[in-house]
Amino acid sequence: LLSFPFQQRIEIHKLRQGDNLILGFSIGGGIDQDPTQNPFSEDKTDKGIYVTRVTEGGPAQVAGLQIGDKIMQVNGWDMTMVTHDQARKRLTKRNEEVVRLLVTRQSLQKAVQQSMMS
Amino acid sequence: MSAAMDTESTYSGYSHYSGHSKKAHRQGRDRHKSPRSKDGSRSEKSVTIQTPPAEPLLGNDASRAEEGQDDNWGETTTAITGTSEHSISQEDIARISKDLEDSVGLDCKRYLGLTVAAVLGLLVFLTPIAFILLPQILWRDDLEPCGTVCEGLFISVAFKLLILLIGTWALFFRQPKADLPRVFVFRVFLLVLIFLFVFSYWLFYGVRILDSKDTNYQGIVQYAVSLVDALLFIHYLAIVLLELRQLQPMFAVKVVRSTDGESRYYSLGHLSIQRAALVVLENYYRDFTVYNPALLTASKSRAAKHMAGLKVYNVDGNNASGQSRAMIAAAARRRDSSHNELYYEEADHERRVRKRRARLVVAVEEAFTHIKRLQAEEQQKAPGEMMDPREAAQAIFPSMARALQKYLRTTRQQQYHSMESILQHLSFCITNNMTPKAFLERYLNPGPTLQYDRDRWFSKQWTLVSEEAVTSGLQDGVVFVLKCLDFSLVVNVKKIPFIKLSEEFIDPKSHKFVLRLQSETSV
Repeated sequence: LLSFPFQQRIEIHKLRQGDNLILGFSIGGGIDQDPTQNPFSEDKTDKGIYVTRVTEGGPAQVAGLQIGDKIMQVNGWDMTMVTHDQARKRLTKRNEEVVRLLVTRQSLQKAVQQSMMS
Repeated sequence: MSAAMDTESTYSGYSHYSGHSKKAHRQGRDRHKSPRSKDGSRSEKSVTIQTPPAEPLLGNDASRAEEGQDDNWGETTTAITGTSEHSISQEDIARISKDLEDSVGLDCKRYLGLTVAAVLGLLVFLTPIAFILLPQILWRDDLEPCGTVCEGLFISVAFKLLILLIGTWALFFRQPKADLPRVFVFRVFLLVLIFLFVFSYWLFYGVRILDSKDTNYQGIVQYAVSLVDALLFIHYLAIVLLELRQLQPMFAVKVVRSTDGESRYYSLGHLSIQRAALVVLENYYRDFTVYNPALLTASKSRAAKHMAGLKVYNVDGNNASGQSRAMIAAAARRRDSSHNELYYEEADHERRVRKRRARLVVAVEEAFTHIKRLQAEEQQKAPGEMMDPREAAQAIFPSMARALQKYLRTTRQQQYHSMESILQHLSFCITNNMTPKAFLERYLNPGPTLQYDRDRWFSKQWTLVSEEAVTSGLQDGVVFVLKCLDFSLVVNVKKIPFIKLSEEFIDPKSHKFVLRLQSETSV
């Protein structure tokens, strides 16, 4: 099982607010969206799901999710080739209290590349 | 002023019969006429509306001096004309005599042309038959027997002659609809061509076949067939020259009437000037509103006032050009308020016309509902029995006659509609179940010349005035004038521009768009 060094696993415990379970961040992107509008991606043809906002003090921030992260997997489900709505549904399943995300970060990538080069 | 006089004459619904008992005699010829002033404003007469007499009101007027005075139906008019219409009667007499003497001359010319063409046609038609029959008659015994090919050619000749006959009938045997000043060049050309052609065939036939008594009958029959073929081709040429060539529009022609500036555009192809004039005239009768001299009196009176405003006395004696310049300068300096007058007069007239029109529309609508009621009653009383439209028209006519007459007077159309024609139109509308608006369409606006009685046309004899020869073709910039006694039509020819049309190809894929969304969802 190869673990990609510039990927990070983040475990978020959902917060209950009334009838809903919220994670505390916003996503953008998807295969049905326009990738050129994505401010966080390096490659402008990347149609993956990105984190566009993280609410202060929310469960996502507590777990270490940062703005600009690209979500690769959610609970084992692939998120690199999903529509925006499918991504939303996978994150907001009613019977799940914990979501485990596999994210990748540009700063992480750069750090690894730098270390590899030096 | 006329509005005040309006209220004097009694009319209200159906009560007209009551107020005028002393005038209500059927044969009453009222000899008193108030004199008319020159500028057309008429003093209102009190009008008796009687049940219309059976004979048409205008039928018994021998002289044409009635022109301006037959607008008082119900009051049968006298024969003595008023003062201002005198000039019209003179013109009419001149017109009638001109009509008579011209028609004789033109008829001769027309018939001469027709007879020449008919004789030639007959000759041409009988020629192939003669070619075939003459050998049989003259030297029957010497002839070779006619085989199957030869007999087959007989059938061919017969049918081709039949087709030629039908084609000639379709193309040439038509009522001539006009008399043109000069001959029709293409027709003459074709006649000459046919004549030369047939003549040369006869020449050949006479020399080589009749003289030498040729025995090859099949050859003779083939010769006749070739003649008929060639005649069919000439017929084709005739179609192309006479009918097809002018179909493609090449010129836009603007026609302006000189008296009131009414103008129209027409599209014409390659025609000679006289044929173009013919097309313009045919369309004139249908498209232009009828020429109404009564409508010009206002502008004429204004013009007269301008002229009469300044009196020029020539003290020195011989400075003509200086005189006109002085007049123009003086006229410019004069503080003249005629524009003001025109404005208020036109506004006033417009209001008056609209008021009378409203009254007319209401009166006619009431009359028509009355008919419907009558019809309903009649059906209840005697089912299946329809009321005679003429009776119905006569029954309701008095109720709207007054309003209609006033409206026609205001719009100066009264001489175009006699009482009999109105009654006829009314019964026509009732027969065809028309609404009041359909009935009124004829009277509310002046229609094309064709709509009116021939005597009112003012335009029957036309003269073509042109700088270029009338048989030459239309060119860009040609101007010619069609004159009749009272007015003229100025025709200006413009060429339709050469249109350069280019193509631009649009890839259908360029019309396909992908809707790119950019949404953000919070989870």
